[in-house]
Parts: sequence; structure tokens; C-alpha cells
Amino acid sequence: MTDTDTLCFSRRDLLKGGGALVIGFSIAGSPPAAAARGDVAGPPDPNAIDSWIAVHADNTATVYLGKGEFGQGNTTGLLQIAGEELDLDMSQLRWVQLDTNVTPNQGATTSSSSIHRGGPQVRAAAAEARQALLALASTRLGVQTGSLTVSKGVVSIDGHPTRSVTYGALLGDKPFNVKFTGTAPQKPINRYKLVGTSVPRVDIPDKASGTYVHMQHVRVPDMLHGRVVRPRGQRAYGAGAKPLSIDASSIADIPSARIVRKGDFVAVVAEREWDAVKAARALKVTWQESPPLPENLFDSMRAAKTTDTVIADWGDASSAFAQAAHVASWTYRCPYQSHAPFAANCALADVGPNGALVMSSTQDIYNSRDMLAQVLGLPVDKVRVQYHEGSGTFGRSCYEDAAQGAAVMSQAVGKPVRVQFTRSDELGWDDYGPAHLADVRAGIDASGKLIAYEYHGWQHGWMVNETTHELVLLTPPTERTTGAGSIPVNRMSTGSMYAVANRRVVSHAVPMVGYLKGAPLRSPLDLSFAFASEQTIDELAFMATIDPLEFRRNNIGDARWLGVLNAAAAAAGWKPKVAASALSDAAVVTGRGIALGTHHVSYGAAVADIEVDRRTGNIVATHVYGALDAGQVINPGLVENQIVGQAIQATSRVLKEEVTFDNSGVTSLDWVSYPVLRFAEHPQVTAVVVQRLDEPSTGAGEEVMGATAGAIANAFFDATGVRLRQYPMTPERVKAALAAKT
Amino acid sequence: MADEIKIKVNGRTWPVAASPDTPLLYVLANELELKGPRFGCGLAQCGSCSVLADGVEIRSCVTPVAAVADKSLTTLEGLAALYAQQKGLAQAPALHPLQQAFIDEQAPQCGYCYNGMLIKGAELLAQNPRPTEAQIRAHMNGHLCRCGTYPRVMKAIQLASTKMTGAAR
Repeated sequence: MTDTDTLCFSRRDLLKGGGALVIGFSIAGSPPAAAARGDVAGPPDPNAIDSWIAVHADNTATVYLGKGEFGQGNTTGLLQIAGEELDLDMSQLRWVQLDTNVTPNQGATTSSSSIHRGGPQVRAAAAEARQALLALASTRLGVQTGSLTVSKGVVSIDGHPTRSVTYGALLGDKPFNVKFTGTAPQKPINRYKLVGTSVPRVDIPDKASGTYVHMQHVRVPDMLHGRVVRPRGQRAYGAGAKPLSIDASSIADIPSARIVRKGDFVAVVAEREWDAVKAARALKVTWQESPPLPENLFDSMRAAKTTDTVIADWGDASSAFAQAAHVASWTYRCPYQSHAPFAANCALADVGPNGALVMSSTQDIYNSRDMLAQVLGLPVDKVRVQYHEGSGTFGRSCYEDAAQGAAVMSQAVGKPVRVQFTRSDELGWDDYGPAHLADVRAGIDASGKLIAYEYHGWQHGWMVNETTHELVLLTPPTERTTGAGSIPVNRMSTGSMYAVANRRVVSHAVPMVGYLKGAPLRSPLDLSFAFASEQTIDELAFMATIDPLEFRRNNIGDARWLGVLNAAAAAAGWKPKVAASALSDAAVVTGRGIALGTHHVSYGAAVADIEVDRRTGNIVATHVYGALDAGQVINPGLVENQIVGQAIQATSRVLKEEVTFDNSGVTSLDWVSYPVLRFAEHPQVTAVVVQRLDEPSTGAGEEVMGATAGAIANAFFDATGVRLRQYPMTPERVKAALAAKT
Repeated sequence: MADEIKIKVNGRTWPVAASPDTPLLYVLANELELKGPRFGCGLAQCGSCSVLADGVEIRSCVTPVAAVADKSLTTLEGLAALYAQQKGLAQAPALHPLQQAFIDEQAPQCGYCYNGMLIKGAELLAQNPRPTEAQIRAHMNGHLCRCGTYPRVMKAIQLASTKMTGAAR
């Protein structure tokens, strides 16, 4: 290599994205004396208004958001909140991509927290900025702030519209130098103009025109292309991927390609992307054998030495079952599922001895920075992480793995390296949404009142580090089985929506070693909880010969649960009927089901209409009606789009998706072996936003997932009189279940 | 020799530095620095790399660049100009009507699949200006979306169809 670190850093004046994008940035780790924004390692001081908002001479403002745009539209929603408090139009607001040197640390963009937890911060910062601007205007115009009104960033004296000054003239690119106390008065809800309206998304025009810069588009000068080299499909967690030998001669005919190895991490780097692809395919590596994956997943989980936690224990469930007129008690089996982002992850790193710049589609730039510093052996403040949107990630897909891989390769070769994961890297080395086994038992009295509920769930936890991290540093397997960062059974998703006095929920944490790697996947495990729990509820309604909507209404004590349930039912034009009371002998039968779902706070409900072809076993979801109560909805259009997305993705997950593996490793490595819902298969979706302006905003990206899964499962029973207690509800499982009945 | 290959993209001819077996996608993304066609799977299974070759949708991730040297290629960047040519308009609009319909319907979420959705949808509307819902479902079935935007893509194609055929009357 002819490269030197001097060259590496001189090159950093400009970063060129594919096409016209130019991103300026400075040398990591050597801040000038008078540091401009972005010159020093962040996070910027959260207690300074200047970290959140800048007002420009042209009477526009930049809002520094600490939550990433992943396609959910949160950027638009957060700008609406800022614009509302500042009295600025959407056209006067700008934002910048997340960057550890630039944007405040609002925590990870996870758990649908952007509006729920990030929104109040942005609102308070904008209110405080407005207060500071009004103080300046008061001095300039010589009146009390109480006599001032603001419209579109123009401050004028009440009754004297010509006596005015703009925000831009007051501050024009100068700092506020105001402390963020969070005490500035906020606009009353009854004066909202922007919040609560469906303003168009700020990112869509560029996405439709093809000028939007996704992570996969970013290019920098002198960049090399890298690919990771691993066994095709991960093996049992804990075995790692240990190369016993690497045959360099196998890629000798690709002159520009070179091998990078650090610890057990193996990769190839080449000047041209196609050469990197060919070299990664051709490189012969002999991998150490690994222990087998479980032959029977669910038996193995049940037999595991688990760490058990009682999640909820109200009343006396054991005794209550003795009083029950009807008890439903069944086991449910739920698969590993992949994040399966539409585009495999991509990352770009430029690492020199004095610092590193890494670009990726991470959900948490600051956590990425910590982990990258460990992998690279650099102090945290020498690592800068910039976010670029990839394709929708739905939780922790392989973005950290790709970023760390790019960083290790760049450090080894002394040039910027762009790493594009392949489809099989992404599907085969994902940290999957864990498999789940559930024993659910619930009972009603003679009047159909729920009197006892018990849920036992088995699942393993989530990765703490990332695959590259473990391969490079040869760190032992890590997992959080309890406490923060673990994934116990969610007590909100397991019966909390019903008024039941005796309820017991127990989580059985299975050790992850020997299984597949886990990580949060959209609405983590809630889809599985709802599949199990809402079928149990439905079964009790059937036993009591009560319409399933009526049964739920009778057993709900909370007005918001009742509201969202009724909203979905009304949208669907629900007609009361005991489930499976109109069975047909036709080849294709239809059914309708209803279910509730949540994640932590918001309220979801769905009605699903399906067709079942009894000959082929194929299920078609024809229409999903999804309703969501997420408190104060900033932008109903965004939430409608989230409901549509959840209904479609949950349909895909409950009907089609399953990570498959054999003894030696994962075998679902492309879109044929890991099928997702296709265009021709998609249901029509009716989205209902339950607007509650007086309630705090809560998350809007998860709750309809579980509700849709439960509704489809219940619709299957309505159509066939048979329960499917394992998903995905594939044609093979449908045919087997129908055959077992007859 | 590799340097003898030329490709015609969006009406302009480009020399290609890559070897003849290089998939077209890598040439478009790395040499021409286009942002329309993009990597999704590299297996012709998802449609994110789609371009039009003589008006017919192909998957650039598995098509060797040498195989399209004699074709007229259109990427997302050239869709509005192609539309103007197909319609005999004197000047190309800023956006293909389908692109505008995607904005009007607020269809994208992450937007990554929208290159393929627009290329394939534009191909459909050029062949069949008034497709039925069933025809749209069948035509678009090779294009995946993971965010769940199929219903809004459907509406956008129907909206563009209405606007395009309305304008033609």
C-alpha cells in the first residue's frame, strides 16, 4: 500500500457522497482553539440551548435532533414540535444528520421513543429559545415581551404589525448563550397550529426524486471496498467463527484484493467493489467445527436451566382456576425472526492513528462510538460517528457489525473502507428476534368474566457486544438475562389490558449460548405474546359462546383500551357473532378475528379478514383494520403510515417469516429461504388514529404488530374452527392442522 | 478490453473502466455515481437495483455490464426524460408523474425500495396506462418492501394512472 496517515487525514477535507453530496468535517481529535460546531468530540452540552437550536440570518432555524430518521417520519414530527413552539413554518426549519460531534445525545432511536421521550426535550428547548428571542425583541422594539406576538419568525407589537423584527435580524447565526433550564412557558394545546396536523414529510421529496443519500450511497475519495468473510450462516452462539487456515492463493488472481485478519475476524479489501465481492466468495477458509444447534428448539428451551423471574403476581391465580367455569390452557411456539432490512447494511470508516470517522445506519451513535473505540483501541473522544439512513432496520440489524468491520479494515489498510454486507451476511449473521415458547392458561366464571390468567414464557436474551467486536477482541459470549437490557416477558402484553384480579406472569430466561444471537426486533416479542395471549382470550370467548368483541368489552376496565378496541371494530363494521359459528365446506373459507396489542405504553387493536384455501393451506390476509391510541399525535398522517406498515409487517411475520437452521448453522440466507410478504399478497389496510391531544405522546411504531398477529390467528379459527398454536402460519402447518381435525 | 465497453445511460454515453463481467450496478453506483439503482440483495430477488433497458426492467445487480452495451439504459434519474420522450413532450417535467404521486400519497417510509417501485411502476404505466388492481399486484410482485408501504404504492400507481390518462384525453 502506498497510503500514509498524512494522506489519510489530508483527504478528510471533503467527503463526497455518490453524486453531488458534499459533507464537510474536520480532523478527528485535533480541535482548533476556537472550536466551531462539530470540531470537538460530543455530545454537545445538553444544558445549552445552542446545542439544540440555531437561528440563521435568513430567518430560518436549524434544529439539532438526537433521534435518527429511519423512515418513520420522526424528523418531521420533531420539527413540527419545534416549529410550533418557535412559531416558525415547516419551510423555515432545517435539520442535520446525527453526528457525535454535532447533535445532542437524546439516547438511542429505539422503542418508538422519538416523539414519546425526544419530543418533550425538543419542545422545551424550542420554548426556551423562543423566550430568549422574545427578550431580545423586547429590547429592540422597546416594549414588554407580553405585548409581542410571533408569526413565521417575525416578532411584532400587538396591534402594530409594522413595528416588527425577525428572529434572523435578532440573532442571525450568533449563539444564544442561554442555559437550557426547561422552565420556559410552553404554548397551550388550544393554540396549536402545526401539532396535530398532517404536514407532509420533509424527507419524502428527495426519496421520490432519487436524490436522497442513503448510507449505501456514500462514497469518499480513495476509498476501498471491503467484505467480511465468515461461514455462510451463523452457528451456535458462543462458538464464534474461528479460522483454522486461510488459503491466500485462492484469491491470487484478484491482484488488488488483500486479506485483513484481526483475531478471528476475516475480511477482504479491494479497490473495486466487484473484486471485493469476488474475493470474498473465492477466499478459502477452513473454519473450526462448532457444536450443533438444538435439534428440537422448543424442547431444548423448556429443558434449559433458566433464570426465572416473576413479572407480575396479583391475587391468587392458582386458587382462582379452581373456581373457573371454563379454562383454556395451551402451549404456543414462536420462531426466530430476522430484522431482514430491505437493503443489507453498509458502513464506511476512515481510521488513522489519531482518530476515526465512521458512518453507519446505527440507532445509537453514542453507543456505536463506545463500541468502536473498544474495537479500534482508541479513546472514545478520538472516534466520530455519523449517521446515514439505510433501509428500515426495525431494531438492531447488522449496522454495528458492518460499522465495526469497516473500522477494523480501514485501520488495517490505512485507507477509508466501505463495507457492504451481502444478503447472506445480513440474514445469516443478524442478531435475531428470539424464539419464544409460551404456556398460557386463563379461566372465566360462568358469566364470562376473566378470573384467572397465567403466562409462562421461555426465551433467551440479547447480544451485548457485536459479532465483529467478539471476533476481533476474542471476548467471551455475553448476554443480559435479567435487569436492564434483558428481555423478560412483557407484562403489558400478557393480559394487562383486561381487568383480571388473579394474574401471574413468569419469565424463564434461557441462556443464549448454544442458540442463535438475539437482539430487539420491532415490538420485541410482543407479536409472540399477543399470538399466544390473544388466542387464549379468544378461546375463552368461544367457550362462553360470546362474540369475541363483546367478550373483550366485558373484560376491559380501562377507557383507553376500550376506545382503541371500539375504534378498530367500528372501522371494520364488526357484526357480533360467536367465532367459528358459520363454518363452511367450501375450498376457500373466510374468517374475521380481533385482538389487542401493546409494547409498553400505547394501545393497539386490529381486526383481520382472511381467506384460507383448505386444499393448499394458503392463507391470504385480505383486509387489516388497525387502530392506535398513542396519546397526543403530533402528525396523524405519520401515525397512519406507521399503522399501515405495522399491519403489513406483522402479516408478513405471522404468515411467512422464520429463521431456519440445521445442525451446523442458519440456512435462511436470502429472500427465497427467508420469505417476506410480497406485493401481490398484501392486505388492504384501514388505519385509525385515536387522537388524544390532552394525553402525553407515546410511541406509535409497535403496538399494532401484536394486535395484527393475534387478529389473524383468531381469524383462522373463525374460518376453520381450528387453532394454529405455532407461527408462521405456513401452508404446511395449516394443512397439518386441518388434517388433524378431520 | 475492458476500456472498450461503453454504455448509454439516460441519453448519454459513458466509457466503462470496469471489467466486462462486472455487474452493471457497480458501474452505475461507483463510476457514474448514480443514486437511483442501489444494492439490496445482489441476487435479483428484491428489485432495489432495477433499471430500464430499452424500456424493460432489468436487475442491474446480476447483469454483466458487457451485456447491456448496446441497450439504452434509463435509471431513476432519467425517468422524467424518458416519460417526456414516450409522451412526445417538448420538455421533460421535473418528476415522472409516478414520482409526484409517491409524494402526493406520502408513500415511502425509508424509501430504499422506491427506486425499484418507481422503475417497475413506470414500466407498467408505459405498457398499460390503466392497470387494474390485480394487474398492479401481479406486475409489482417482484419488488419487495420491508416497511410495509405496498398499500400506498398501490394508491400512488392508481393516482399516477388517473393523472396520466386524464392528461392524455
